[in-house]
Amino acid sequence: MYGLGILSGMVVTLKNFFRKPFTVSYPEQRLPQHPRFRGEEFTWYEERCTGCASCAKFCPLGIIRIVTHPGGTTPAEGDSYAIDVFDIDIARCMFCGLCVEACPYDALFMGSGFEEAKYRRRDLVISVERLRAAEKRPSTWYRPQLEGQAYDPRRDGSLPWQKAGREPWPYHLPQRPQAEGEKTTGEGTP
Amino acid sequence: MNAFLAGNSLMRGLYCWLAANQGNAQECSPGWQPGMAARDGLLPAGWEWLAFAVTASVAAFLVLNLFLLLAMFYTYLERRLIGRFQVRIGPNRTGPWGLLQPVADAIKLLTKESIIPDGADRWLFNLAPIAMVVTMFMVLAVLPFGEGTFIADINVGLLFLIAVTSVNALAVFMAGVASGNRYAMFGGVRAVAQLISYEVPMVLSVVGVLLLAGSLSLVDIVNAQRVPFLLLQPLGFFIFVVGASAEMNRPPFDTLEAESEIVAGYHTEYSGMKFGYFWLAEYSAVLTTSGVIATLFLNGWQGPLLPSHVWFLLKVFGLAFVFIWVRSTLPRVRIDQTMAFAWKFLLPLGLLNIFVTAAEILVLGQPQGEGRVFSTGGLWLMAGINVTVTIGSVAVFSRLVSLRTPALPVPAAHLSRVEAR
Amino acid sequence: MTTGLGLSAAPPGERYKRLLPGAMSMRSEPVTVNVGPQHPSTHGVFRLRVTFDGEIILDVEPIFGYLHRGSEKLAEERTYTQVITLTDRLDYVASMTNNQAYVLAAEKLAGLRPPERAMYLRVIAAELQRIASHLMATGFLLNDLGAFATPLMYCFREREKILDLFEMLCGARITLSYMRVGGVFQDAPEDFWPALRKFLKEMPGYIDEYEALLVENEILVTRTRGVSVLTVDHALNASVTGPMLRASGFPWDLRVVDPYEVYDRVRFDVPVGKAGDNYDRFKIRLDEMRQSLRIVEQCVEQIEPGPVRAESPALLRPPAGDAYARIEGPKGELGFYLVSDGSIAPYRFKLRAPSFINLTVLRDLVIGWKLADMIVTLGSIDINMGEVDR
Ligand code: SF4
Ligand code: SF4
Repeated sequence: MYGLGILSGMVVTLKNFFRKPFTVSYPEQRLPQHPRFRGEEFTWYEERCTGCASCAKFCPLGIIRIVTHPGGTTPAEGDSYAIDVFDIDIARCMFCGLCVEACPYDALFMGSGFEEAKYRRRDLVISVERLRAAEKRPSTWYRPQLEGQAYDPRRDGSLPWQKAGREPWPYHLPQRPQAEGEKTTGEGTP
Repeated sequence: MNAFLAGNSLMRGLYCWLAANQGNAQECSPGWQPGMAARDGLLPAGWEWLAFAVTASVAAFLVLNLFLLLAMFYTYLERRLIGRFQVRIGPNRTGPWGLLQPVADAIKLLTKESIIPDGADRWLFNLAPIAMVVTMFMVLAVLPFGEGTFIADINVGLLFLIAVTSVNALAVFMAGVASGNRYAMFGGVRAVAQLISYEVPMVLSVVGVLLLAGSLSLVDIVNAQRVPFLLLQPLGFFIFVVGASAEMNRPPFDTLEAESEIVAGYHTEYSGMKFGYFWLAEYSAVLTTSGVIATLFLNGWQGPLLPSHVWFLLKVFGLAFVFIWVRSTLPRVRIDQTMAFAWKFLLPLGLLNIFVTAAEILVLGQPQGEGRVFSTGGLWLMAGINVTVTIGSVAVFSRLVSLRTPALPVPAAHLSRVEAR
Repeated sequence: MTTGLGLSAAPPGERYKRLLPGAMSMRSEPVTVNVGPQHPSTHGVFRLRVTFDGEIILDVEPIFGYLHRGSEKLAEERTYTQVITLTDRLDYVASMTNNQAYVLAAEKLAGLRPPERAMYLRVIAAELQRIASHLMATGFLLNDLGAFATPLMYCFREREKILDLFEMLCGARITLSYMRVGGVFQDAPEDFWPALRKFLKEMPGYIDEYEALLVENEILVTRTRGVSVLTVDHALNASVTGPMLRASGFPWDLRVVDPYEVYDRVRFDVPVGKAGDNYDRFKIRLDEMRQSLRIVEQCVEQIEPGPVRAESPALLRPPAGDAYARIEGPKGELGFYLVSDGSIAPYRFKLRAPSFINLTVLRDLVIGWKLADMIVTLGSIDINMGEVDR
């Protein structure tokens, strides 16, 4: 009534006029990112990966392509398959993280970077070479062991696989259960 | 010398430099006495018309370009300030603090393809943006920007102003109807309704100013303001500001281009620099309107200490700030409510204002010559009365007048026809 | 054909002459305009074929399906966990509540009971999501009213804080996939709780600010009061739920009438409107935000440490059967109906999308009103095309 509502609204906007902007100038300034942030990249530790393809199976979109051949090239988890192809098509990926949740050997982590824009669609397919070469900045998403270490991918940088640790989940034993008479490769588990 | 130039320091210097001679020595050579030799200009006697033409063109060129620069700066300012009102940063990428943003916008608009839709009326479609911009610039012809700085001081300045600003209704309607787009047509039809309706209270509101100043010349109106007319005419000021924001289709009366309803209203189909013209006209309208308001109600360029031009700019940008502030706060009024507001609310208030002002002039003014003069005490008394009248009448009217209209009944016959489909 | 007014199916121009004698003697013709699918305020890709007489709406025909992705069919070939990612994308401004409704249905089907802490975390997350969704609704409603994005930016500022909280919880901001059948995927990190408390302290002040900015605003009140009134009967007949139904004055809130999770342990009020007009539909969302804050506060008080995920196999195989679970989503009753044939994927996945059902009353609400009102009414229904089209 009487325009008082309008006036009180004008006071509110004037009050906000003197507030600090809540937006930031993006490439120079960045908002803080939580270590759990699911970025648009993946951190993959070949040392741990057995080529079991659980991740590929759990992906709702089926966009992980894995080709393996037998060969004991992953010492951390014992005898396993060697990876020939490990393609993740992040053009279709929705970064839900179910593949990470599915990986029984803690070999696959969400990454924390998010600036993955490319000019060509085919550049969006992360190949195994890129996965190998990529800087390992795992997100702590679904990896409580990293949260326990207070690791922050944006602050602490690359994390070697030995430090990434194993998840204390019932079927993720710190020691790989060994079948009777099986011989270890001797390279120790973390 | 042309009497036109007397008192116009903007144009006198150049004119005299070109065409000073015995005939106009009184104006051109300071301290000239009859019998003294006059300073000679570049042109021989008899060529004053050329000097006048050159002077007028140069002045128009200067004013127009300075104004365009100012308008460009204003677009930047508006976007930045709205950003701050919305607690964000606003354009800050091009140039230092984003100052070159208007330049970038202009380049973008110039390089964009200018599309004329198939169903459009080509002539009207191309003419509309020009009509819009030209009428906008014609306002500058009579505005006094500072002491002795104006292009022309015509004795019907105020009338000229009102006449010229009402042409933009035509431009908008042209654009809307020529586009061959239904949203644009909505915008055009709304424009005719709204722009013409708001002319009426706006004109009524300046009648009070006219009565007090006793002249239609804008320069005289500025000189007549011993006390800013804002104090003597608060109701007129209110009506004029509201009417002006409707005329400029600024929020909360931006129904002509209501983005959420009719996409972009009358300029939906425009692209490239033609759209740029509308854009320019809209933004510069804020500056010219602020200039007019400053002239009519806020003492014009008068002010202590600072140079008159600075005062004028300060007032203009102060008013522009208020417009930006309003824009960033208020939701849009519906078109029928906009109209109801003009006819039910502003029009009676405008009439009331004229009545009260005229009565006060009759009672408080002492007759002198053709007009009446006021003592300072009388002016303050008048201010007191008018402020009270304003608050009282606005309160009473907002109680009395309801802008809400019910839904129009759509006959069931129509509905059943639809349902059968 | 004649009507109660004794009118034949006369052309609209003639109508006014008879309806309002002497009011209008102009001849006019109806004009049909496509509002959408590309229009600034159709809230997604949505098209309304509107017949106008001048500015007055004679008929509206909503046309949708532009965003149809076949979610229900897609779900039939995905495991119960993978379906969660599909629910994220239904009402993409409120994924948390979609997750919640779905996992409740799946838990009912599988006979799982989530641990206490997980239920509290879900309620906290869902209420935060409700606030975020209402903020969006309010902001965009004001945008539809033409307030040049200022209220929208203020609403986004607070929503951003909620999204930050979500980022802490589950690493994502929009498509959350936070909940799992049998709990939530992981406990909240330690820094979540102080951040949540800070938010709870700040938010009432911001809601006060919105109220000062909007509630009394004369323009908003004239634009929305008495416009597009939805009566209780009409709402019930059309199966309208959520804030829309409550704005009409019917206190129906599933959190109260059919409590799920831990809603029976928290105290809160159910705001109801009086008139059922656009204003009430706008106002009720502001009121509900306050109640949601109350719920979150109580949950923060009550939550105890403990596990957050029930023991369940990685690949869920619920016994054959069906289950329906419903929650009070930000837009209304959000229900999921699942049929299992004992395999790893649902045999049938059916969604009761509140904004789809609420949208059905649009036509009745806007006929006779003006173009500008239609946009506002559409905004006040608060639809989300992801959910309408699935
Ligand atoms: S993040 Fe989700 S969509 Fe992307 S690869 Fe992993 S499981 Fe597939
Ligand atoms: S699930 Fe893990 S171990 Fe198995 S293939 Fe994928 S990344 Fe490797």
